[in-house]
Amino acid sequence: MALNLAEALSSIQTQADAADWRAAIRLAGDGLVADGATTETYTDEMIAAVEKHGPYIVIAPGVALAHSRPSPAVLTGGLSWVSLATPVEFGNKNNDPVTLVIGLAAKDHDAHLQVMRALAGVLSDSDAMQKLRVAETPDEVRAVLGALAGAAA
Amino acid sequence: MKIVAVCGMGIGTSVLLKMNAEKVLAKLGIDAEVEAADMGVARGAAQTAEIVLTSEELAEELGDVPAEVIIINNFFDLDEITEKITAAVE
Repeated sequence: MALNLAEALSSIQTQADAADWRAAIRLAGDGLVADGATTETYTDEMIAAVEKHGPYIVIAPGVALAHSRPSPAVLTGGLSWVSLATPVEFGNKNNDPVTLVIGLAAKDHDAHLQVMRALAGVLSDSDAMQKLRVAETPDEVRAVLGALAGAAA
Repeated sequence: MKIVAVCGMGIGTSVLLKMNAEKVLAKLGIDAEVEAADMGVARGAAQTAEIVLTSEELAEELGDVPAEVIIINNFFDLDEITEKITAAVE
């Protein structure tokens, strides 16, 4: 059976409010910290990455994959999910505005390959993405992800 | 043929792009090795690659390399990746 992304997620927030892109990334970071995946320093690192390289993390229309290098700020590593009630501009010419921020922390370059594969599968599925964008509660998100894993077996 | 998928930090987007590029290459029947690299090593890796796949922001940062640089806007749009790789390989 394909990996159920819901089980790999450290935290899920739905219909959250963020004033700007830094606040949006901070929400994703908070999810990782709450689960013990990272320290708060990692959240600062994720924001610094965008300040340095630009909003390259908005890798598909409406979706930002916040992350930074493996560092001492990564404790166990993990994945957090934040859907935004109001879209936020990240400054990406092609894919703004953002409604889904996924926070990713890995201990090294090879960690989480299975999780990345599952994530790639979910993000490529436009029907699933529609449902996920409008999900009102974390349980709804889990239900959609669980159904995908079951179907992909 | 060697292809390098470039991301800023080496753990996230380059791996996703590599996975999707491999799916496309398999479908097109093209024999190529895809390496995921972050900006630190990308310039070096790009010296021996035919093609570099990356996003617009990072392409600017990468600058001039001997490989052909292909900008992918949506890492999950297999049609976009297919179209651009096909055009580059021809």
